[in-house]
Amino acid sequence: MKTILILGAGTAGTAMAHKIRRKLSSDWEVAVVDPSTKHVYQPGLLFLPFGDETEARIVRERDSTLGKGITWHRTEVKAIDTERRVVEVADGEPLSYDFLIIASGTEIRPDMIDGMLDGGWQKSVFDFYTLEGAKALQAGLASFEGGRLVVNVVEMPIKCPVAPLEFVFLADWYLTKRGIRDKTELVFATPLDGAFTKPLASKTLGYLLEDKGIQVETEFMTGEVDAEKNVIRSYDEREVPYDLLVTIPPHTGARLLEDSDLGDELGFVPTDPHTLAVKGTERVFCIGDATDLPSSKAGSVAHFQVDLLSENLLRVIDGKELEPTFDGHSNCFVETGHGKAMLIDFNYDTEPLPGHFPIPHIGPLPLLKEARRNHWAKLAFRWVYWNGLLPARPIPISPTMSLAGKQLTAAAEAGGE
Amino acid sequence: MTLAVQTDAEGYLANKDDWSEELAKELAQELGIELGDDHWKVLNTARAIESESGSSPGLRKISKRSETPIKAIYKLFPDGPAKLIAKIAGIPKPKSCL
Repeated sequence: MKTILILGAGTAGTAMAHKIRRKLSSDWEVAVVDPSTKHVYQPGLLFLPFGDETEARIVRERDSTLGKGITWHRTEVKAIDTERRVVEVADGEPLSYDFLIIASGTEIRPDMIDGMLDGGWQKSVFDFYTLEGAKALQAGLASFEGGRLVVNVVEMPIKCPVAPLEFVFLADWYLTKRGIRDKTELVFATPLDGAFTKPLASKTLGYLLEDKGIQVETEFMTGEVDAEKNVIRSYDEREVPYDLLVTIPPHTGARLLEDSDLGDELGFVPTDPHTLAVKGTERVFCIGDATDLPSSKAGSVAHFQVDLLSENLLRVIDGKELEPTFDGHSNCFVETGHGKAMLIDFNYDTEPLPGHFPIPHIGPLPLLKEARRNHWAKLAFRWVYWNGLLPARPIPISPTMSLAGKQLTAAAEAGGE
Repeated sequence: MTLAVQTDAEGYLANKDDWSEELAKELAQELGIELGDDHWKVLNTARAIESESGSSPGLRKISKRSETPIKAIYKLFPDGPAKLIAKIAGIPKPKSCL
């Protein structure tokens, strides 16, 4: 019996297990290692704080998300030995593998910022990237009666890079519905030089910030949270006061990888951008949020990587060479509030452009443009996630990006790439 | 500037291959920075990470690898180190996906 061992049963790991299980004979064991018994539909965490999503709809028991023919080792990884092809685990015998796929994701690290976990944590300082954080924030928002609501991205890279901005747009809508928008200053503090960093996006989407009256604090690198004074302080000594702080703390890869030779300084795994092979190793691959790739840390990226890596794995098993097929393709809905959303489609080389998706010139979903259809499609995606993406059933979206029907000159006209 | 190179509207190098140490010194001077050893340690680290991973690194990663505290990076490159480092090191502007 040969083994494909997958570390992590999140979006990437679970979809990968199902995809490769369908393609391989029973001579192969497909196994995942994950200590957690729950699977969270993470896009739902954006809506939970506003009461627009429920825990019951976005959390499932892990065993219900893993199909027949997949072994689940419910334990923690302790060490990875890529020379001997063995993974040591906290509970049980070491696991040997023929191919290893690292899909251990990323986690938020509020402990890395001075003062963040002091008195204010989950009282006036919240995250929404964890289930506990999003639930606590729901209560925090419900008792918020106005003042300064600050959303702060501490540092890139983060999971779902547009989620913080979506949160601001949804907060504007939520506060309007509650009748306290005029009593609230909404502030977005970012380490980058703008809420939108690409010329085309700034040009076409800048109106969103203006129309919604959102203040933007740029190049703000948070050094500490002062929970007594209720301010965040940057390394260059600027202060942003808050009544309610929604922070997106720094992200790292799994702790184990941070401390091992496999991870970089932040625990992300140096990965070949096109084959997804882990650099400097053999028979080891990395997918999803765990990589150091410049592609977005997003579920769609994981999905496309799973499609392409499963084909590549079959090639290697057949004694052929890996093909450099992954192009950094990402496809994300961006909630803009008031029942509308945008859809963006991009890869390593091409920034999000206007056009239609998935059928060029037809749609039905418009790209880089607000529409109610996009909002409904985003909400409908939860069903697709549980029933299509995770069990790796076919979804009619190409894993590589298509330029067909996109307005290629738009970026150049805006002074971009 | 005596060395002729193309930059984009925001002052980032248009073509990575145009970069040289001489050019970095000139770019730094224009931004009011005289480059010393500590600056170079940071700049070379940022260039190395960008070349390995394909994206301009955040300050925390630069800080860890170059063993230069973030506070010290702010002293070396005041007024927005992330942008200044990218400009002088000839690597792309730190960006998000939009």
